[in-house]
Formats: sequence, C-alpha cells, structure tokens
Amino acid sequence: MSDHEYTPKSKVGKWFNDRLPLLTLANHLTEYPTPKNLNYWWTFGGILTFCLITQIVTGLVLAMHYIAHADMAFDSVEHIMRDVNYGWLIRYIHANGASMFFLAVYIHIFRSLFYGSYKAPREIIWIIGIIIYLLMMAAAFMGYVLPWGQMSFWGATVITNLFSAIPLIGEGIVTWLWGGYSVDNPTLTRFFTLHYLIPFLILGLVVLHIWALHVPGNNNPVGIDIKKPSKDTVPFHPYIVIKDGFALLMFMIVFAFFVFYTPNILGHADNYIEANPLVTPAHIVPEWYLLPFYAILRSVPDKLLGVVAMLSAILILAALPWLDTSKIRSAVFRPLYRQFYWILVADVLILGYVGAMPAEGLYLLIARIATAYYFLHFLVILPVLGFKEKTLPIPLSITEPILGGSPNLAAAKKKES
Amino acid sequence: MKNFFKALILSIFFISFQYNTNAAEKVEYLKTDWSFKGLFGKFDRGALQRGYQVYTEVCSSCHSMKYLSYRNLAEKGGPEFTEAQAKAIAASFEVKDGPNADGDMFTRPGKLSDKFIMPYENVQAAQAANGGAYPPDMSVLVKARGGGVDYIYSLLQGYEDPPVGVTLDDGVYYNKYMYGNKIKMANQLSDGLVEYNDGTSATVEQMSKDVTTFLMWAAEPHLESRHRMGFKAIVYLIILTVLVYFSMKRIWSRIETKI
Repeated sequence: MSDHEYTPKSKVGKWFNDRLPLLTLANHLTEYPTPKNLNYWWTFGGILTFCLITQIVTGLVLAMHYIAHADMAFDSVEHIMRDVNYGWLIRYIHANGASMFFLAVYIHIFRSLFYGSYKAPREIIWIIGIIIYLLMMAAAFMGYVLPWGQMSFWGATVITNLFSAIPLIGEGIVTWLWGGYSVDNPTLTRFFTLHYLIPFLILGLVVLHIWALHVPGNNNPVGIDIKKPSKDTVPFHPYIVIKDGFALLMFMIVFAFFVFYTPNILGHADNYIEANPLVTPAHIVPEWYLLPFYAILRSVPDKLLGVVAMLSAILILAALPWLDTSKIRSAVFRPLYRQFYWILVADVLILGYVGAMPAEGLYLLIARIATAYYFLHFLVILPVLGFKEKTLPIPLSITEPILGGSPNLAAAKKKES
Repeated sequence: MKNFFKALILSIFFISFQYNTNAAEKVEYLKTDWSFKGLFGKFDRGALQRGYQVYTEVCSSCHSMKYLSYRNLAEKGGPEFTEAQAKAIAASFEVKDGPNADGDMFTRPGKLSDKFIMPYENVQAAQAANGGAYPPDMSVLVKARGGGVDYIYSLLQGYEDPPVGVTLDDGVYYNKYMYGNKIKMANQLSDGLVEYNDGTSATVEQMSKDVTTFLMWAAEPHLESRHRMGFKAIVYLIILTVLVYFSMKRIWSRIETKI
C-alpha cells in the first residue's frame, strides 16, 4: 500500500490528497489486485463486515431503549418488543445477528484452515483474527446476559465462576468481576458497558485485519504466491465487489428467514423467564456457538484444568502458523491433510453436539475422546504431517493449470467452483 | 457456487440439529392446526376474543399478564375488539391509582392505557394463596416454555389420574405433559365452563386452543406484521439476488475465467 502511486485528476482532489491521502486509499481499495480464482468461501470476509455493522447499528438503537438495571432490564426488553416502533424487528435482528455472525466466522475460520491462509506471510492477519474471535465471544456472552432472563443470569454465574478456578486469588477475582458477592446489578451494568465497548474494539481490529491482508494480498484456492497485478488478478472493484454483494444477498435471505419466521429458535426458552437467583434451570447451556468449548470445559474432571483446556483450545489456534509445518498452503495439494481437515470439522461438530447434552455417561465419554482428538490434531498430526505427507505438485500460476493442462487441473477446478 | 449451497444446507442442518438436541427430552404433544404458523400465518380473531374471555374468566384469577394493556385489545393484529368494546372491558376493572392531592390512594374504573390488573399484590401473596407455588406471569409464557403453544395446549388437556404407584402430595396434580408430571395447578377447564358469545361450543379442547392462541398473541403481539414484512423482505431479497447474479455474470464475462 505504501508504494501506491496515485494522483487525483481534479485540482481540489490533488490539494486534498496531498494533505490527507484518503483518495489514494480509496483508489487502492478499488484497484486492489485480487486473485481471480477466489471461490465463494472467500466472500465471508465481506459478510462478516456486514454482520459487525448490523450488530453495531441495531445495538445502538436497542441501547436507546434498554435499561441496564437488574429490576428493569427484563421489562425494558419487553417494552422494546411491544411498544417501541419496530422494536421487535431491531431486537430480533440483533439477537439472530449474533448467531449469523458466528455462523459466518466459523465458515471464515474453517476456510482459512482448508486453504492454509494462516501460513507465512499471513500470520499477523491470522492472529488478529483470533483476537477478534475472542472478543466476539466475550461480546456475545455479555450480550446474552443483558435481557436478564434465567439463562442470562445462570450463564453469567457459571462463566464468571470459572475464574474461581485460579489458585489463591480466584475467589477474589470473581468477587471483583461481579462487583459483589453474586451476579447482580453491578455485574449487569458493567457487562452492558463492556458489551457496548467491545464491538468498537472489534471494528478497530477489523481495520488492522484488512490492512494486514492488503500487504501480502489474498491467499487463493491454489494457495500459491502470485504476481500482482497480473493475469492472475482482477481489480477489487467491480469484480470482487459484485461477487461479495451476491454472496451477501444469499446470506441475507437466510438471515431474514430466521428473523421473520423463527426468531426464537436459536435462543433458549428459559431466557423468557425473568432472572431468579433462587431457581436454577434444569440445564444451563450456553448459546450454540460456544457449545464446542463448553464440551471441552466439562470433559476435564478438574475445574482448573478444564478452564485451562478450554482456553488452550482457542489459544492453540494462534500458534497454528508454527504448528503446521507444511510448506504447501492449500489442502487441494495435500491429500492427507484434506482428510484430517474433515475429521477435525466432524470433531468440532460432535463437540458442539455433546456440549448441548448433559455431561454424563456416553456423552461425557464422547466429549473426552473428541477433546483429546482436537488437541491431537493441532499438537501431533499437523506438525508431523508437514514432514511425512507426500504433497501433489503445485502449479506455477493460477492461469497455468487451466491453460497448460497440468495434472492438477481437475483438482484445482473442482475446488474453484 | 455448488460449494456455497452445500455450505448453506450444511449450516442450516447443523443449526436445526442443535435446536433439536435442546428439545430432545420432550414428550409427544397434542397437535392442532394453528392459524398463525407458516409464511402467511395470522391469528384467528374469533379465537383471540374467545381466548381473552377464557383468560379473564378462568386464568386471570391467579395468573397476571403484566406486560399487556387494555389498549392492546383494540390494536391491529390482536383480538381487534372495537375501541368502544376495549374501553368497556377496561372500565369493568377497578384500578388502584394515586396518590391524589390529599396523598391518598384511590380506585377508579380502568382506562385503555392501564396495564392488565394483577390478581395479587406481590409474589409472596400469590405464593401464599397457591400453596407455595407462584402462578407464572402469562405475558410471554408461550415463549418461555420449550414446547411453546403445543406444550401449553397439551398441558391444559393433560390432567389424568396418577398411574399406580405414584403418590401425590396435597395440592399436587398429575399431568402427563408437565416436566416430572407433577403440577401444582389443578385442572381448570371443564366442558361448558365459559359461555362463548359467538355460539362456539366451549369444550375443553376448544377453550385450550382459544386461550393458547390468545397467549401466543400476548407473547408476540407483532406476529402478523412480522410475517407480512418477512414475506416482502424475502421476495425483495430474492429478486435483488437474481439481478445481482446476472450483473455479476455480465461483469465477469469481460475476463476469461469462470466464476
């Protein structure tokens, strides 16, 4: 981006641009050379930006009507649902938007895993992404507490209690987090404050994420370095803009279906019961997008080790660029990794499933095996695979396999479509 | 493109799968045809009005509906009583107001802007009057129970004699749809309990259906406009998607690559 030469045509434009090069930035974003073989899995970056903006805008409106007080929060949400003009629409978009956000981020992350987008020189993009993901989980968790329903209250109690696993100072930390001796009004007000703050931190990190992306440029399904600009690239506008737009519209249709026809299907019925510290729900379950980590937490019999395992499961992703020792990025050319990739996908889905089930009997056993496999994948399989795997020959450019009729043609084409 | 559809299908499958696991322990509920389900679902006005009657004459002696106001009864998408009717309904209740200029509380006939009156002063009074069990507020009850309308509809008709070997304490009743089968609310409905103005025969089944419809509306007063808007929004999005798809094809045809 720093080597970008651009001179605005108009005199005023030139005057302005010499003082603040916004027009250079705009020109960079329009011209940004993008690999032309990007498939639809690459559209989720744009979709995620849309999700973030949607959450911020709807969240702002909700914050105008919401009352962060233990005695009034539940009532104020019902006030939004009933008496605020289109309040029901705003709230249902916001509540389902969180789920859509996570759906998109999981696809985005697993796309990176498949095509090796985290590998050099894109480690910083990846690590910023992991931080964004962590902040998203924090924001989602605190947002779920705000309606002050039963699941809000007890979810907050369970999660904040995890900190009590820290030796010696654990109990003190929990009291400090709560602002008292149980989850109560001080907890709610600070969660509201942080829930309001975090999206803007995410927004800032998204800017860094995209900035870091624009230094090496996009990875692509073939996973090779390409010359930019060249026959292998297209300008971001209009080619990628229209394609991202199309994918976003498809995503919005699914989104709209949830908002208008099954707005409560992803939430828990208990959250329509006002928080009651004296009544514990039969099963305390987090939102669906946190279930795999919840399963990992519960699969370890020791509380402290369970918390450590859960945090490691997320933080291990940050070390991924160094755990994966293979020089080849795309799984298209890694026949063994491709199979382990799909096993990992299945493993995470299984963890999600058992996370929703009571932690006993067969479910607990499955959770333990799946947890062990999760760590095995990252700590043993990936490092070893880099040395042992016999990879397929990679093409020299994106256009080459198509024009040159290389043996990888079929594989490369299949993944592109 | 194909992959994209695969992903969509997979994710929808996954989400519904998750949902089913949450509700795995439920028993088979009684089924009926709800008019408010589906893309164009609307409330049955008659059922809402009859349901309100059942609520007022039966449920409201113990269950509050604190988020509803009498004005809601005349609003679009609800029971749609005329404004005069809703005013008359409101006026038939004594509402506590005040303090007045002398500092005294007083009662007056209800107005449209008043919330539904509460059967008990507070939770403790409700519990004291009901053997320790608090009759839950019914404003969002349908959304606060796993099985939703089917659960409420079944529960109202699910009273049975306990099976052999099950002993019930005083004030505890057997209901085959209740979680754990023990419920502190006695069977409230019996054939002909209320007298419907429109001549509908007040069977237990009919009353259960009517009052459940009413509770669904109470929990989701904007359901009708949500369905209407949803249909428009989705049709709009589909048309726009098709247009953008062809624009995309046109733009990408400038270069030699497939999209």
